[in-house]
Amino acid sequence: MGAPRLQARGIGKRFPGVVALADVDLELAAGEVLAVVGENGAGKSTLMRILAGELRPDAGELLLDGEVVEFASVRDALARGVALIHQELDLAENLDVAANLCLGREPRRGRWFTDPARERRQARPWLERVGLDADPSTIVGDLPLGRRQLVEIARALSADARVLIMDEPSSSLSLTETERLFGVVRELARQGVGVIYISHRLSEVEQLADRVLVLRDGRRAGELHGGEVTHDALVPLMVGRDVSRFHQRTPHEPGAVALQVEGLTTREHPGHALDFTLRAGEIVGLAGLVGAGRTELLRSLFGLSLPVSGRVRLPAAGAGARAGHGARAGGRARAGALRDVDFSHPADAVANGLAFVPEDRKADGLLLPCGTDDNLSLTTLARDRRGLCVDATAARRVASAAIADLDIRVTAPDQVVELLSGGNQQKVVLGKWLALRPRVLLLDEPTRGVDVGAKAELYGIIDRLAGAGVAVLFASSEMEEVLGLSDRVLVMHEGALAGELPREHATEQGILALATGAGAATGTGGTGTAGATGNGGAAGNGGAGA
Amino acid sequence: MRKVLGIAGLLITVCLITALASEHFLSPFNIENLLRRTALFGILGIGAAFVIVTGGIDLSIGSMVCLVGCLVPWLLVQQGWPVGAVLPAVLVLSLLLGAAHGWLITRLRLQPFLVTLCGLLLYRGLTRGITGDQTVGFRGGFAGLRWLGQGRIELPGMDGFALPVPVVVLVVVAVLAGVLLDRTVWGRWLQAVGHNESAARASGIRTERVVLGAYALCGGLSGLGGLLFVLDVGSAQPVDFGNFYELYAIAAAVLGGCSLRGGTGSILGVVLGAAVMQVLRNAIVLVEAIPDNVEYAVIGAVLLIGVAADELVRRVVAARRRAKAA
Repeated sequence: MGAPRLQARGIGKRFPGVVALADVDLELAAGEVLAVVGENGAGKSTLMRILAGELRPDAGELLLDGEVVEFASVRDALARGVALIHQELDLAENLDVAANLCLGREPRRGRWFTDPARERRQARPWLERVGLDADPSTIVGDLPLGRRQLVEIARALSADARVLIMDEPSSSLSLTETERLFGVVRELARQGVGVIYISHRLSEVEQLADRVLVLRDGRRAGELHGGEVTHDALVPLMVGRDVSRFHQRTPHEPGAVALQVEGLTTREHPGHALDFTLRAGEIVGLAGLVGAGRTELLRSLFGLSLPVSGRVRLPAAGAGARAGHGARAGGRARAGALRDVDFSHPADAVANGLAFVPEDRKADGLLLPCGTDDNLSLTTLARDRRGLCVDATAARRVASAAIADLDIRVTAPDQVVELLSGGNQQKVVLGKWLALRPRVLLLDEPTRGVDVGAKAELYGIIDRLAGAGVAVLFASSEMEEVLGLSDRVLVMHEGALAGELPREHATEQGILALATGAGAATGTGGTGTAGATGNGGAAGNGGAGA
Repeated sequence: MRKVLGIAGLLITVCLITALASEHFLSPFNIENLLRRTALFGILGIGAAFVIVTGGIDLSIGSMVCLVGCLVPWLLVQQGWPVGAVLPAVLVLSLLLGAAHGWLITRLRLQPFLVTLCGLLLYRGLTRGITGDQTVGFRGGFAGLRWLGQGRIELPGMDGFALPVPVVVLVVVAVLAGVLLDRTVWGRWLQAVGHNESAARASGIRTERVVLGAYALCGGLSGLGGLLFVLDVGSAQPVDFGNFYELYAIAAAVLGGCSLRGGTGSILGVVLGAAVMQVLRNAIVLVEAIPDNVEYAVIGAVLLIGVAADELVRRVVAARRRAKAA
């Protein structure tokens, strides 16, 4: 074999305030499936975007078949046979399959007119190649997600892609769809296409990859070949640092009931009723794969999305105010004093002591062009008003208290939020709730896109809030975070609560088994929680005891 | 602030050029007229600004002016309603119609453009139906009431010049609007909604009510504008009364620094923007070299240059800020 199909040497990339990639090498042979794994923020997506011409590297070079290339654009990369398929597919959902395949390269009748018949004829062989049995005239939006993915792969192939990069292609696919995708990927590799496959799911990587490249904090953490690719070999490379820092915190003694959910069904998963209880002062992790319904659950609790049925109960007035100091024995005694609440708007939830940190801070959390102080005081304007007017002094006080309290690094309190680093932005989204003294804090992916140092700070803040009696429920896709921060882990699988693991029995294996639905199906040691607990004990996760 | 200075500079420039090109420009009569027009359109522009700050649009302003402008003389003269009933009735009506726009936009999630486009068609059509397409007017009566639109307040020591009453109305409206937008909680929420509705909602702000309020306010100010216009002119033709006024209002708001993407706006800027539009119209009439029929082209060109310059300045500033941050 001569030169590798695609080679990257010493790739580096900086974004304002962050080093996304530093000196990363990558090699891909024709017909090979290379998996790239790493935690969120490890730099996987950035690297892939560079390979596909979406971003220009600050350092390093790319070689295609041994020849140095420089991609000026995605179009340029595609013309040379490198195609990237994003996690969120780039398909025109209102057009049919054939039109999508030919998008930008439409066969024409004369100079001006499209030729739908020829489009469909041209599309057919590519659809067969990826094993998609849909008619080329089907509207893409009518296809299930897994098949849309195949359309996108077919499109890349029809553009003569010899390197196919897939960014978490399985994240929103069902198990059967994923199996089918694997079949296609293997077949493509057999035909000589080089495939780079990014995934968070290590079991998939084990099954599929010839070789695995592990990234950590923007650097190459290691590489595993063929038989070495096992779960146990991958995890230490990915995490690679002392997990025990998460365990510095004191386990919390749960107090009175702070939130009780009975038979709640959400819009997304109306078939599954959820039941659980949150207690004051405890941190509950919500684990599960993408699409398991964690976000929808949090949004339903906060009134952003209306639940279909079920009850949400909070402590009756008076009991709630003292919940923070709930004594051990008092917890159960007061559990009776609950009242039903029905939030049709987040304002209701806020008025009842709930706070929410959404998953996408830029889209749903921040007023990006506004000052840090304006963002921080947004929630307290109504409480602190003087007549109809804003109490500017109180607003300044709220903002500077939050800035000092959370150590938000700003040049001035009115620094525009858009210019802050991800970690500081996240602190702002969290910080705007502090002055309201919420009793229940809901967080969705609280450390997404945040660097390691800021993560630790955010964990410290969450821990401190719990210590002060706040009930915390957080959804996270980062196993390390779920294991490290939670007093208790709730695992969701396809809209249902698959199980609950107390801190001492929560292990990565146990959570994954429940999250993938394997906990009950494969019967590794009984059903649901019991099985996972047994697993955890047997695996003897080193971190748990440290 | 930068935008307000920019628009003030533009206003002064246009005034200077016009003053040099025409000796009539600085005559007391012309200035008085200009102030009156600016006041009337400024009121409409302020209404438009509230809606634009939310990231929305109101295309029905001109038709609302027509509706109120025709209803007032029609109710007073043809139907014989007392003044004390007509004024509250038309103002409440326009407020409610604006609120209806807001309700359709926030509750039924219809697009502002569509809702208010339908308003544009509906109100003009209804007005023409009600009045039978006949010109309605005060027929020389109601002098006391018409003082609100036509009146002049003599200023001591200013010979031949008097302050038009609508200017006083504008000042009152502008001060109230400025306080509302910049000092009240509701105004802060309005700006937050304009910047990021989703984030505002997730911060516990009842964004639907905030937006609905903005449309109601815009409707109400359109109604007030329509009232003053017809009191000034004395009669209204349903076919074209208030025609295109929504565009003058939106143009004034945009020139005054309101981004159509929402979030930012300054009332002073909007008033200056309205003044620029009126000086331009005035200049086209006064300056011999410009034929009157190109009015729209001149206004369109100035507006385009204004917003393009603003966007360029914004980019340069943003790039410099980013360079400093990196």
